[in-house]
Amino acid sequence: MYEKGGEKYFIVDGHIHFWDGSPENWRNVHGQQFIECFHDYHKALSPEEYKWPIEEFYKYSEERILHDLFEAGYVDKAIFQPTYLTDFYKEGFNTTEQDGVLAEKYPDKFIVNGSFDPRDGEAGLVELERLAERYNLKGVKLYTAEWKGRSKGWSLKDDWAKRYLEKCRELGIVNIHVHKGPTIRPLNRDAFDVADVDDVASEFTDLNFIVEHVGLPRLEDFCWIGTQEPNVYGGLAVAIPFIHTRPRYFAQIIGELLYWLGEDRITFASDYAIWQPKWLVEQFVDFQIPEDMQGEYGTLTPEIKKKILGLNLAGLYDIEVPEELRLKGAHAGTGPVGSDSEPVAP
Amino acid sequence: MSGVSEAEVLDALSGVRDPELDEPVTSLGFVSSIERRGEEVSVRLRLPTYFCSPNFAYIMAEDAKRALLSLPRVERAEVTLEEFHVAEEINRGVSRDEGFDRAMATFSDETTGEDLGAVRRTFRKKAFIRRQEILCRALLSRGSSPRELARMRLADAPPCRELEVYLERREELGFDLSPSSPLLLSAEGRPIPEGAVVEHLRRARLTRVSLEGNGALCRDLLEARYGRKEKSSA
Repeated sequence: MYEKGGEKYFIVDGHIHFWDGSPENWRNVHGQQFIECFHDYHKALSPEEYKWPIEEFYKYSEERILHDLFEAGYVDKAIFQPTYLTDFYKEGFNTTEQDGVLAEKYPDKFIVNGSFDPRDGEAGLVELERLAERYNLKGVKLYTAEWKGRSKGWSLKDDWAKRYLEKCRELGIVNIHVHKGPTIRPLNRDAFDVADVDDVASEFTDLNFIVEHVGLPRLEDFCWIGTQEPNVYGGLAVAIPFIHTRPRYFAQIIGELLYWLGEDRITFASDYAIWQPKWLVEQFVDFQIPEDMQGEYGTLTPEIKKKILGLNLAGLYDIEVPEELRLKGAHAGTGPVGSDSEPVAP
Repeated sequence: MSGVSEAEVLDALSGVRDPELDEPVTSLGFVSSIERRGEEVSVRLRLPTYFCSPNFAYIMAEDAKRALLSLPRVERAEVTLEEFHVAEEINRGVSRDEGFDRAMATFSDETTGEDLGAVRRTFRKKAFIRRQEILCRALLSRGSSPRELARMRLADAPPCRELEVYLERREELGFDLSPSSPLLLSAEGRPIPEGAVVEHLRRARLTRVSLEGNGALCRDLLEARYGRKEKSSA
């Protein structure tokens, strides 16, 4: 919980990791490059006092994550989003099991999501059932750019992906987090294209699709599908740190998201340990659209900030919000919503 | 016989854009070194991350090679990508002019066999829409209304830098450049009805914000990866 200016904010961090990017775990040069790339993101967008040397960034302790999220970081509930990368790391980078250790130890603090890869076929469906039972999954994190031998990615449009989504439906896994990356099949098309999310979101209307990084680097395509599919949400990881380095860009990004998706479908995420929730929460609560841009984008109210920082995800994950932290005169969290008040469809 | 100058090389490379960002590779800091030996030029390119998309990397390397070969006094051009996950494939493919799909065959056979034509066109459209929005913002700030913009012909637009760049992007897509053609066009090259112009400009703004946000992120990442040295800033 974060309190400022007489307002109290319930904080759900929708995207965190407990990874092992240490040299001992590298399977090949890609493992080294992947964690170094994460570290570049960390260095590029963090305030000076929050930067870690790479040695600390490779792997961090249980004490550190507990401190950074819950003691220093105001987080009430944090959601692990696994990223397997077993072609890059011997034991995987950040698997459901790795994250699950903490989630099982601190069930009041963490939610762990599972994952699937449609290229695993029948065996993967059985594994998903096992994970769902073991961890009581309500969500999965999908990474369509995951390498698997000669295959460098997959699409939600694949027949097998749809079989997995049907399995999710059957298992009560309702939150499908989608993360796009630089490689995909077919390789000669735009890897970051979110058209496949559009496809499955309109077919699986009872599932929620949370597009990580608000579709970056395809914010425009993501917002467009968001106007058409009411069950599509945006996660702010990677976008929200702009608040520090380039606040005017952040104002435009959040302004566009509020216009196209609306305040009920934007969710907070730190991507810990890439960034830390403490400064993100503090700066977001202090943030306002610069005056000269308010004509185009309006302003952020405390109510909008409360929804984005926690209440929207609390709705998606059925997280109990203390009475005093709910919105007055409204239900906390929103769940899937209908069209925005201002019609924007063509 | 005097060879090509570094300034000429940089000028040629300034016509090579990152298709995702609609900015020249020179101002993005992607050119890390230039070597000239008589009629041969070697250029090294570096990217913001090791895992940037192979297809855009290939486009930039291929375009850079073409730009170098277009210079008088350049007979051979070599373009090398540094520290990149498919550097070997791309460097070999560009050197042999074999096209993306063939170049990537040792990495993955998950291509459609159509090379990068479709992806190039998709991003030319985004760049075109971005530049149209930048021009429209300039015109709106000078007092035009959206509806007036919808009625304007190319000949009605006052000469300015924004118009020049817009026309360049428009030409790349093969759209009508005649003075009597409408100023505003959709990404598919169709006129915008007056009643749809506000919505069209909102979507165009979104495209601009997206491209410019990506450009900012890429600059920050390149700096984090390589430090502040700006070898290639023209």
